[in-house]
Amino acid sequence: MNAPSFPRSGQSRPVRLDLAAVAAMVAPGSRVLDVGCGDGALLQLLAETKSVDGRGVELSQRGVNDCVAKGLSVIQGDADTDLADYPTDGFDYVILSQTLQATHHPRQVLVDMLRIGRRAIVSFPNFGHWKVRLSLLAKGRMPQTTTLAHAWYETPNIHLCTIRDFVDLVEELGAHIERGVALDHSGAPIRVNAPWRVWNLLGAQAIFLLERDAPKKISTSTAKNT
Amino acid sequence: MANALPAIETLSSSDALNGRIVEFPVDRPLITDGGGCVTPLTIAYQTYGELNAERSNAILLCHALTGDQHAANVHPLTGKPGWWDVMVGPGKPFDTERFFIVCSNVVGGCLGTSGPSSLNPATGQAYGLGFPVVTIRDMVRAQAMLIDHLGVDQLFCVAGGSMGGMQVLQWAASYPERVFSAMPIATAPKHSSQNIAFHEVGRQAVMADPDWRGGRYLEFGVRPEKGLAVARMAAHITYLSEPALQRKFGRKLQDRAAPTFSFDADFQIENYLRYQGMAFVDRFDANSYLYVTRACDYFDLAADYGGSLAQAFKGAKTRYCVVSFNSDWLYPTSASRAIVHALNASGASVSFVEIDSDKGHDAFLVYEPDFIATTRGFLEAAATARGLPRASETRAK
Repeated sequence: MNAPSFPRSGQSRPVRLDLAAVAAMVAPGSRVLDVGCGDGALLQLLAETKSVDGRGVELSQRGVNDCVAKGLSVIQGDADTDLADYPTDGFDYVILSQTLQATHHPRQVLVDMLRIGRRAIVSFPNFGHWKVRLSLLAKGRMPQTTTLAHAWYETPNIHLCTIRDFVDLVEELGAHIERGVALDHSGAPIRVNAPWRVWNLLGAQAIFLLERDAPKKISTSTAKNT
Repeated sequence: MANALPAIETLSSSDALNGRIVEFPVDRPLITDGGGCVTPLTIAYQTYGELNAERSNAILLCHALTGDQHAANVHPLTGKPGWWDVMVGPGKPFDTERFFIVCSNVVGGCLGTSGPSSLNPATGQAYGLGFPVVTIRDMVRAQAMLIDHLGVDQLFCVAGGSMGGMQVLQWAASYPERVFSAMPIATAPKHSSQNIAFHEVGRQAVMADPDWRGGRYLEFGVRPEKGLAVARMAAHITYLSEPALQRKFGRKLQDRAAPTFSFDADFQIENYLRYQGMAFVDRFDANSYLYVTRACDYFDLAADYGGSLAQAFKGAKTRYCVVSFNSDWLYPTSASRAIVHALNASGASVSFVEIDSDKGHDAFLVYEPDFIATTRGFLEAAATARGLPRASETRAK
C-alpha cells in the first residue's frame, strides 16, 4: 500500500493551510502521534508553534529518513498493522492526516487511534463534494479532482468516504466530535456556518477533532449543527 | 566503596598501541554473569574531544565483534584509519569539537583490555581458556566502571553497530538513567539460531587448527593462524550482501585468463577472502575471537526481563534512534523492528530508519549519506533537548 501522494504535494508553500487547520486543534505542550507524517511538516509546525512532544509513523522510507534527519522522532510503519503496538493512553492526540482513505481497515485504525490517545484528529478528502458527485452523475466516470488526483486504477485511496459517512462511523464508535472543519481545494477552511449536508457538498476535504468516551450520546442531528 | 583504592591510569610502554589504559585495583573486580571474576581489570580506551564543565557531552561508542578502541585514530597495528573514521571527527556526526567521545576495547578483547591473552596473575601465563566466559552485559559493566572512572554520570549518547549495538541496548536496559540517547545500529535484541551457527563455524575453525593447542598456544609460542583466517573468511561473507559480492567480484578470475584446474585462488573472490583472513590474524587473537563470538551468542535481552523486551526498556526516558540496512541479512531489519516494537510498547521516544544500501551488514562502517544525515539529525535534536550548544554555536567559538 502506498501513502496517498496528493496531500504531500503542496510542500513548497510556507505553511500548508490544511496543516495549519489541524495544528489549530492541538493544545500547546501536548503529546502527539502523527500517523502518516510524510516529511514531518506537521510535526515540525506543531513543535515550533505548539511546543508539542511529537512522534511520527510514516510508511515511505524517504519520508522517515527526511524526518529523522530533521531531528523528529519518527519510525517506519503502517497505520493498518503497527498502531496495535502502541500503548493505551500513550498520547494526548493521535493525528491521521489524509491517510484514512488509504488504509485497509479504516474503522480499526480509528478505534486504535482513540485508544492510543484520548483525542484523535482525522482529515480526509470528501467524496461527497459536488464536483465528485457531478463527475459520476454527468460523465459516468470515476472522479479525478485536485484532492483526488489519481486515476481509478492507480489510486492508493481504497476506502473513500463522504463527510456524512464519516460522521456516522464516529457515532457508531461512540466517539464525540469536538470540532469539525470543511476545507476547500486550497485547504482553506470554509467559514460558513452550515449543516453537515452543506459541508458535505462544498467541502473538498474535512478535518475532525474526535474525543473518546463521549460525555453523552451525540445524535446525528446535533452533530450536524456543530 | 568509600575506601576503595582509586583506579590507576597506567602509562606503560604499550601505550602507543593501546591508547589510554586504566587498571582497576583488586578490590574492584569484574564479576561476570557466568560467576567468574576478572581482577585486576584493565581497560584500554581512546578519547576524542573535551569533556565540558557540566560533564554532559560524553558519548560512548561501542565497537563491533573484531573492532577496538581505535574508532577515529590511525590504527597502530594496521596503519589504517579508525573503524568509524567516516562518523567520528571534527564536523562529522560524532563531532569531536562538540562531544567528548570515549571508545574502549571490550572485556574479552585483545587490544589492551583484560581478555584471554592477558596475563593471569595466578599463573604468570596468559589466561587462555582460563579467562571467564563473558557476556554483553559483562562488557557493559566494565564500560560503566570506565565511565565512572572518567567522572561521567550520564552519557549524552551510547552508539554502536552490530555487537556494539547489543551493548547499546544493554546499556539502556541496565543503566537507563545514565543514557540520555541511544543509537543501536544494524543489531538485534538477541542472537538468532543462524547467528549462533555462523559463530560456531568460526570457533570450530579456530579450535581445529593444531596450533590452537587447547587454547594454550601462547605458552608454546605458536598461533592458530590458519584456523582464525578461515573463521574470518566465513564471517566476512556474512558481512556483505550477495549483490555487492556479485558486482564487485562476480566470477572474475584473479590475474589469469583461464582456470588453472587446481585449488589455487582462481577466482577474485577467493583471493579477496584469503587476503581478508591473513590480514585479520595479524591484528586479532584467536582466543579472543572465541570469547567475543560467545558473548554475542549468549545475548538475549528479553530473557533477562521475563521474556518481554518491552520490560527491558520500561519507564526509560532515553531517546532512541534505531537504524538498520536493507541489504543486511546478518542482523536484518526485522530484528531492528522487534526492538522498535518493544520500545513503542514501553512508551519510549524512538526513531527508526531502514537505510537503503547494498553494502550488507558492513554498511554502518562505510560512507552512507542517508545514514550520516540520520545520525546528524538525531544527535542535533538530542543535543538541543540536552541543552548542549548547537553545531553552529560550537563553530563560532
